[in-house]
Amino acid sequence: MANEHPVNCCNLWKIFGARAEQALEAAKSGEVDKDEAFKRFGCVIGVADASFSVAEGEVFCIMGLSGSGKSTIIRHVNRLIEPTAGLIHVEGRDVMGLNPKELRELRARKIGMVFQHMALWPHKTISENVAFGLEVQKTPKETRRAAADDALERVSLGGWGDRYPDELSGGMQQRVGLARALAADPDILLMDEPFSALDPLIRKDLQDEFLKLSREMKKTTLFITHDLDEAMKMGNRIAIMKDGRIVQTGTPENIVLRPATEYVSRFVSSISTLKYISAVEIMTQGGTAPGAREFGPSTPLPALLKAFSEGAEELTIKDGDRCLGRIGSAEILETVKSDLARV
Amino acid sequence: MDFSALLDPFASVQIPLADLANDFIRWLTSNFRDVFRAMKVPVKILLDLLEDGLRDTPQTIIIVALSFFAWQLVNRATAILTFVAMTLIGLIGAWDAAMTSLAVLVSAVLIATLFGLPLGILCSRSKLVWIIVRPILDFMQTVPSFTYLVPVILLFGIGNVPGVIVTAFFATPPLVRLTNLGLKTVREDLVEAADAFGASPVKRLWSVELPLARPTIMAGINQTVMLSLAMSVIASMISVAGLGRLVLVGISQLDMARAATGGTGIVLLAMVFDRITQGFGLTRRDRNGKGLWEQGPVGRLRGLLAGNRIKT
Repeated sequence: MANEHPVNCCNLWKIFGARAEQALEAAKSGEVDKDEAFKRFGCVIGVADASFSVAEGEVFCIMGLSGSGKSTIIRHVNRLIEPTAGLIHVEGRDVMGLNPKELRELRARKIGMVFQHMALWPHKTISENVAFGLEVQKTPKETRRAAADDALERVSLGGWGDRYPDELSGGMQQRVGLARALAADPDILLMDEPFSALDPLIRKDLQDEFLKLSREMKKTTLFITHDLDEAMKMGNRIAIMKDGRIVQTGTPENIVLRPATEYVSRFVSSISTLKYISAVEIMTQGGTAPGAREFGPSTPLPALLKAFSEGAEELTIKDGDRCLGRIGSAEILETVKSDLARV
Repeated sequence: MDFSALLDPFASVQIPLADLANDFIRWLTSNFRDVFRAMKVPVKILLDLLEDGLRDTPQTIIIVALSFFAWQLVNRATAILTFVAMTLIGLIGAWDAAMTSLAVLVSAVLIATLFGLPLGILCSRSKLVWIIVRPILDFMQTVPSFTYLVPVILLFGIGNVPGVIVTAFFATPPLVRLTNLGLKTVREDLVEAADAFGASPVKRLWSVELPLARPTIMAGINQTVMLSLAMSVIASMISVAGLGRLVLVGISQLDMARAATGGTGIVLLAMVFDRITQGFGLTRRDRNGKGLWEQGPVGRLRGLLAGNRIKT
């Protein structure tokens, strides 16, 4: 396929246990669920029928609680875990069809990975850590060193190359982890809960920095997190997992405003909808406010509020030339009130 | 039917283990004599090289070199211990015997490492290998060390070379076990990270797993050294020269003087080589963030050179 997404997983199953094949058949036909599969086959269903794709340059978040299978899913993309069934395509190539050498090449050149507990090698210097992917590809030493310095510069750790990991704080160590993933200039980044082991303030710094880097470098990113706020902040799209299944995939707005299941709505209940609500959703239909300022239907609430704070009393919502409705302070107050009641 | 046979079964039914063992050794000696002879050759070359080297080098040079080695590898306290212990060995008149023992020790440890380390690595890679090797190690470690002597005499004869072989055999199991253990307990995510960045199994072993398992593996080497020294008195029963023989002769002739000399010599050597081999297992963190060549005499020298460069 010419315009296939860089990362594409189709009907992915991963079942752990000796009788995985039997359990797979039973689970596919819907005979058994996660608990039943364990009782009857002694198998643990890690990932159940998951399909998703990550578009070029997109940050795709997979969010779920521990044990939901999100860390298992991400390890299928570079085949650190072999699927029980399903298709995995990376940049148009079937990952399952690669021989060991091709697979190692794919991992070294195309895919960078960041780990939850940094996983820096304590016996190597920072720049040896960062350049490992290049060392594996037998890149000459000077090139390696230059690439490592470059990558460290990007994460604002220039000049730390000759230190050792245990001389760095947790936040700095994870920057090194990020630099290591970037050093070989891969197209795809796999981030396995990269910031969850960090203090809240340092986490926020790193999130902001990663967003900035991500916008500059446009890496296709699969980002795992158990923190919904983080997913909302980082992701262009979010997939929510429960018991190995992806229960909903969508933009942050979609997830918050239109949760697909009871489970998702419980999850998002703590998130304020105000940031995501747009004009068309709260306006009173019909009627115009003569002389009022005009906005498009998808204008987000914060922009509307700004207009009010600048002195407007009513706004007209227009789609091109067509008048859709109007928004006054009553609509705004009603929205805030229902959002507060929701939490 | 005679029921008494059921109550006392071993009177009538027995496995002829003694005969089997006898036949097995006889079969080995008659069919593989040349193989065992050939195995002695490289051991003899190694042992002669070491022994001649140690005996021909002036005592002062050995003491000073060993002390500097200990300083570089571990710290200054170990260097002082080495200096004092080696000097004492000379003062009590055990120098020559100690050099022979040292040659046997180093040869045995080298051979044990040559076989133990790869075997330990294989055990950590393959479940099957470990299932097979484990009972053999259990056997090797529980059989009393005297028992090794009989087949060794039959297969290799007596003297220093068979002594090295029996010592190496006796000292290998802990190295196999600890190499296996060290490799299996490397932090899993560090190994996974090597995979994720495209390392081949060999590359992963060489640049991630072995370095991280080094402290445990070196504890195995340390055990090998200690067991080799513990074996020295027993090995002297098959006519191995050195400190062990002093002890053996002392015991058999009730000659307290010789026994004390030999015994003290063994203890002093053991202390020195225990501390030095423990130094192999030190990591950067143990050395307060200093690399091996940033400490000890080399570190000082580098410091001095750097200082001069700044001045000029």
